[in-house]
Amino acid sequence: MAQTTQTKEELAETKETGLIPIFIMGQKYEVPPSLTIQKALEYAGYQLIRGCGCRGGICGACATVYRKPGSYRLEVGLSCQTVVEPYMYITQIPFFPANKATYDINLLEPTGETVASLYPEIFKCIGCNTCTRSCPMDIDVLEYISQAIRGNIRRAAEESFDCVMCGLCAARCPSELAQYLTAILCRRLYAKYQLAKAEHLEKQVKALEAGKFEADLRALMQTKEEQLKTLYKEREVEPAMADETWEPKDKSHL
Amino acid sequence: MSYPPEMNELIKRVEKTRPARVERKKRGEEFPSIPLEKRGEMLKKYHPDFIKGNKRPIKIGPNKEYAISNEVVDLLEAKSRVDPDKINLSTAHFETDVLIIGGGGAGNAAALLARQQGAKVLIATKLRNGDANTMMAEGGIQAATKLEKDSPYFHYLDVMGGGHFKNDPELVYTLVNKAPKVMKWLVEDLGGMFSKFPDGRLKSMHGGGTSRKRMHYAGDITGAEIMRTLRDEVQNYPDDIKILEFSPAVELILNEHGQCAGAVLYNMETEEYYVVKAKAVVLATGGSGRLHIQDYMTTNHYGATGDGLVLGYRAGVKLCFLHTVQYHPTGAVFPEQAEGLLITEKFRGAGANLVNIDGEQFVYEREPRDVEASGIIRECSPEVGKGVPTPTGKFGVWLDSPMIDMLWGEGTVAKEFPGKVILFKRYDIDISKEPMLIYPTLHYQNGGLEINAKSETSLPGLFVAGEIAGGIHGENRLMGNSLLDVTVFGRIAGENAAVFAKQKARVGRLTLEHVKRYHKELEEAGIVTDRVAPMLLPDYSNPEVRKKQLTSSYLGTLR
Repeated sequence: MAQTTQTKEELAETKETGLIPIFIMGQKYEVPPSLTIQKALEYAGYQLIRGCGCRGGICGACATVYRKPGSYRLEVGLSCQTVVEPYMYITQIPFFPANKATYDINLLEPTGETVASLYPEIFKCIGCNTCTRSCPMDIDVLEYISQAIRGNIRRAAEESFDCVMCGLCAARCPSELAQYLTAILCRRLYAKYQLAKAEHLEKQVKALEAGKFEADLRALMQTKEEQLKTLYKEREVEPAMADETWEPKDKSHL
Repeated sequence: MSYPPEMNELIKRVEKTRPARVERKKRGEEFPSIPLEKRGEMLKKYHPDFIKGNKRPIKIGPNKEYAISNEVVDLLEAKSRVDPDKINLSTAHFETDVLIIGGGGAGNAAALLARQQGAKVLIATKLRNGDANTMMAEGGIQAATKLEKDSPYFHYLDVMGGGHFKNDPELVYTLVNKAPKVMKWLVEDLGGMFSKFPDGRLKSMHGGGTSRKRMHYAGDITGAEIMRTLRDEVQNYPDDIKILEFSPAVELILNEHGQCAGAVLYNMETEEYYVVKAKAVVLATGGSGRLHIQDYMTTNHYGATGDGLVLGYRAGVKLCFLHTVQYHPTGAVFPEQAEGLLITEKFRGAGANLVNIDGEQFVYEREPRDVEASGIIRECSPEVGKGVPTPTGKFGVWLDSPMIDMLWGEGTVAKEFPGKVILFKRYDIDISKEPMLIYPTLHYQNGGLEINAKSETSLPGLFVAGEIAGGIHGENRLMGNSLLDVTVFGRIAGENAAVFAKQKARVGRLTLEHVKRYHKELEEAGIVTDRVAPMLLPDYSNPEVRKKQLTSSYLGTLR
């Protein structure tokens, strides 16, 4: 077993090189302390194929579990967002085999029964809250799962909105839930069926299909560059602080 | 971490000028924008596209003599990753109606539409499905959906103005005209959770260069919401849409009738090559920020290495508009860990000023991106010298996000920018109270492969969609038009590829003759190189470690 606490010699060594020791899957490497875990892996010599995506904290490819010395506690983070600390024990979970239900969204009803029939395992939840503690986005996972169990799809959708679908909740769940997949089902049901429809969108699509802007656009396409520049410069710009009631003075081309 | 004391001192200057700037904004007084006639001058002087010595003419292929970034030319003047003679084309490892190369917004939209046309689809993607720049787009998606104040007419004018009137009119027409329908598809059909008012009206904002507030959004993770929704939908039809991850295409395959008829894939984990036989191909590999043009930091996804440009070019498809590259005005420069990270334009759309070291505004915050970026570069240049220094010796300017709560009410930043709030909270920076330090960062490949409004290319059976295509955005894309572009043209490409597969695809012997011809052209042009392309992944591993990685080929049982 690799060691878990640092010796005096090792501390002295750290000061000299300016590097800090970390353990990548148990193997010790020395890396600069300012790096994220992701960059530390690369510094150590890895060329990442799995476990690296947007490098900006949104795609969920780089789910990482780590433990700091002297603690039994498993902590989580996205490796592209988490800065290394001395003696961190690090491993990535780049893939987790969670079960995704398949469905035709058009045939579903936005009810708790729908969610329950597609993801019946949510009722196995024992409320241990490990999912919430495992979320690198600080989402209250247990809360949205509880809402889904109660059939409150709106709350489940809203509470889970920031989810990057990294799968750490599912990886740590003793009841084998696929929280993040249940969440996207709730968001899609909520957005499609429970949020009020955008009437303006429907109207504009109809107008377009009826060819309302066709002549206007075709004329623009034929316009010479100089004339187009004039039209561009003279176009009325909606003021920054205008609210939804703003309408342009010139109503042509609408 | 938070800001170090010396930066906190500088922030005080920003705080001092803030109340007056907020008051001006409330009165409707804006910092003067740069007149259309002066934009060119500004760009020539400060935009990275115009720095001499960073471009060179391509020596071979359909765009011979066209001068574009050295980093892209390096890839075009490189050999295939694989010896075409070694690929056995008589055995196809996979067969499908439509092969989609790339698992981003365009690829997934194409898959759904091809399926609707009854096609069997195979998506081959380099990383995971959904690992793409689409996922990272934050600000929003433009569409003229509010009929009482907006129409495709104004959207068209804005797109052309942003692109310096060089855009392909047919492509722009298609983009703006299909926009409302695509919005309806994403929001009402697929259930993308966009920000709405209680009555269902979509919320919308300004972006740089827009004349109407038509940028629709889902918090500040619009791209992620679109991507995860499209991906979820694709995954709902596993019988019709197969997905091969970690398997990028390294060459297109043609058939004896001159049609595109498949691709050679490379399994990055097992290192084997696959032959895919298809009746039509959609190339949707995205952009190229990870080439770090002119050593710029980038907002782009790990896999954005311009692979499709290489594949298409070798197969004879022309390039266009690659002489311009988009630098996003606002990439983070502090803290170091976040360098290059995208700070959405939505902050400026909501009224946040850009201010210099003295807390003074120096550019209107809603210029088109190239003009805005040039303004920032000018402010930090030695001749103006009003950039804010970072602890690592870089310069940036302040993006004054705390203005937003003052303009629109306490809590607006938290509500409208939850992603960025969490991110900066990790660095102990509260962006509703403290500004962010930013500098332009490599963001978007304005140009790409030539297409028409049907997403067709000069190669029959090859359809191209998304960031890899050129012409839609001319010489500079406006915010909110790339999420629109990937969905509009992704759908078009998928639909037309499926129709091609049904009606026009011919059975015929597969060939990689075009790759052999390309190799010969390289040789004839006197290009002696050991470069191979596509790049597939950038190399960020430690050069010191690389020096010690001395194995050159398979030795015994290990490479």
